[in-house]
Amino acid sequence: MTPDQTESVYEALARAIDRAAPEPPEQVLARLCLLLARALDDPAQVDKAIEAALRAPPGPDGGR
Amino acid sequence: MRPAGRAETDSLYFTYPAFDPPRGAARHTLSERTPVAIVGAGPVGMLAALTLARHGVRSVLLEARGTFNDGSRAICVARQSFHILQSLGAVAPFEAKALGWTTGRSFYRGQQILEFEMPDGPDERFRPMYNLEQQYIEQFLWEAIRNEPLVDIRWQSAVTGLVPAEDGVALDIADPEGSYTLPADWVLAADGARSAVRRALGLRLQGENYEGRYVIADVKMAHDYPTIRRALFDPACRPGGTVLIHRQPDDIWRIDYQLGEDEDAEEAIREDVVRASVASVLAEIGHDAPWELEWWSVYSANTLALDEYRHGRVVFIGDSAHIVPIFGVRGLNNGLADAHNIGWKLGRLLTDRAGPGLIDSYTPERRGATLDVFANASKSARFMTPPTRGWQVMRDAALGLALTEGWAGALANPRQMTPFTYADSPAVLADDPGFAAGPAPGAAMIDLSLGGDFLSDRLPPDFTLVCFDAALAEEVAAQPGAPAVVRLDDDPRIHARLATGAASAYLVRPDLHIGARWRHATAAGVAAAMHALTFREETR
Ligand SMILES: Cc1cc2nc3c(=O)[nH]c(=O)nc-3n(C[C@H](O)[C@H](O)[C@H](O)COP(=O)(O)OP(=O)(O)OC[C@H]3O[C@@H](n4cnc5c(N)ncnc54)[C@H](O)[C@@H]3O)c2cc1C
Repeated sequence: MTPDQTESVYEALARAIDRAAPEPPEQVLARLCLLLARALDDPAQVDKAIEAALRAPPGPDGGR
Repeated sequence: MRPAGRAETDSLYFTYPAFDPPRGAARHTLSERTPVAIVGAGPVGMLAALTLARHGVRSVLLEARGTFNDGSRAICVARQSFHILQSLGAVAPFEAKALGWTTGRSFYRGQQILEFEMPDGPDERFRPMYNLEQQYIEQFLWEAIRNEPLVDIRWQSAVTGLVPAEDGVALDIADPEGSYTLPADWVLAADGARSAVRRALGLRLQGENYEGRYVIADVKMAHDYPTIRRALFDPACRPGGTVLIHRQPDDIWRIDYQLGEDEDAEEAIREDVVRASVASVLAEIGHDAPWELEWWSVYSANTLALDEYRHGRVVFIGDSAHIVPIFGVRGLNNGLADAHNIGWKLGRLLTDRAGPGLIDSYTPERRGATLDVFANASKSARFMTPPTRGWQVMRDAALGLALTEGWAGALANPRQMTPFTYADSPAVLADDPGFAAGPAPGAAMIDLSLGGDFLSDRLPPDFTLVCFDAALAEEVAAQPGAPAVVRLDDDPRIHARLATGAASAYLVRPDLHIGARWRHATAAGVAAAMHALTFREETR
């Protein structure tokens, strides 16, 4: 994906979370992850992405 | 605002001059008609006066105050603004005093997650950005015009009303010694965000106000950190908020911090609250030495602009025409480009070197630039101050990934630079399809190192043909109304950057934007382009 495409995805996700409100973001994001994993059709890639996501600094609630 | 006990211009590092209104013999000619009256001697009004003077046009510059603007306000001066100052012969004091920078660092919850570099290299005469307090910007511009016989600066002279007429405008002016009317052929309204001229014409800014409010505070301290923009996202000192830290000359540091939704702006700007907030930011960045509070203010993110920048003989430039959010650092830079743009166009018109159509290109070019700033600023604003849960979640996700994933870091890059391209302007010619690369018409001309000096050092403040062929250069220079000519060496390195061959040429406008280019230039083609770009005939 080009940087512009990455940015468009980022924006589409932000808007999707707002459209799903008041449902909590993790619900819609979890469904999305499953859908994307199926579309990717590659369990090893999914495992790699999970590990990459966990490498990030702690999220809003697990921080301090 | 300043700490209790200090007057508005009682600065820790800057001595404000006190300017008198016109006195004595100067008062006999106050009402003499002027080709151009400029309302407001902020940075934008002064740059307009300087540009007009370089084009041989007289102006009267009217300023309500008796000194420069208080506080350091706009501090980031972009490379393109330095090029404008350079072409007007005024850049030296700016270069000597300002702090150039290329790097930004972003921190998320105390951890550095990203370092970005703005485009720079050996072909660039100037750094991408310079930090300089607005008082100095105004002082250096004033020093450039104070002895300029074509500029008549009148301090403590407020415009109180205006009456537009077919061939000009009559301005009502009040100063401490009386009031008078000044007839002007043209008026440049550079009177800032609360423009009196705008109000007198019944015009309103249109657009949006954003939620994010920032306190901007300047402190004086000996603090050991290079000139690098620091952005602190969700720091311990302001959970959920964003803080920006910039170094300025004279040991002055700018701390911008976002106010939370529940924070009351009135209270947030009380001196004790500002002191406590600044102290907590300084603690977070590990500054435990003494510091002094210099000045502070509150600033909100707006994207507001006039629909049309020109109304008859009145042209709006700078903050009177548009208010842009702080993040893009475009408030001042955008205004300087306005002043320069209308300055050379009016300069040519009033010295009979252009037709009136040239003036019509001002609004589309500069309003287009403002709308581009708005688009970028809206993105930056959503990143710096996420307006909803969705933007918040995604912003935090991008910051969380930035440490390990370069592409996520790119989402956090403030993209503060790149001058606007006047792609659809009537004052730019269509590109020569023979070019596959290089800067296209409408874009700002790129700079080039020429071994010892730079291309930008050689560009005069007027139309310039940049070419390689000696015969072409001679033939063009011999034509009436010819542009200046800068001939470059037939050097493969230069050809690679400009996508040129030995017969190619670029026609650079006085504002350093490209007006036309040719793979195989001819003197006749250049003459026709000059004719078209200066609107010598209305029907082309
Ligand atoms: C508190 C504050 C903080 C800011 N912080 C930043 C920042 O961090 N970054 C950034 O990029 N920008 C910032 N800005 C914006 C930046 O300062 C402006 O974009 C810039 O000053 C615009 O210049 P200007 O010449 O158009 O207007 P101004 O600098 O506002 O100058 C207008 C001049 O017109 C004069 N005037 C007004 N009315 C009349 C009248 N009727 N007759 C005669 N003279 C008149 C005024 O006295 C003033 O000198 C800030 C602005 C403010 C107010």
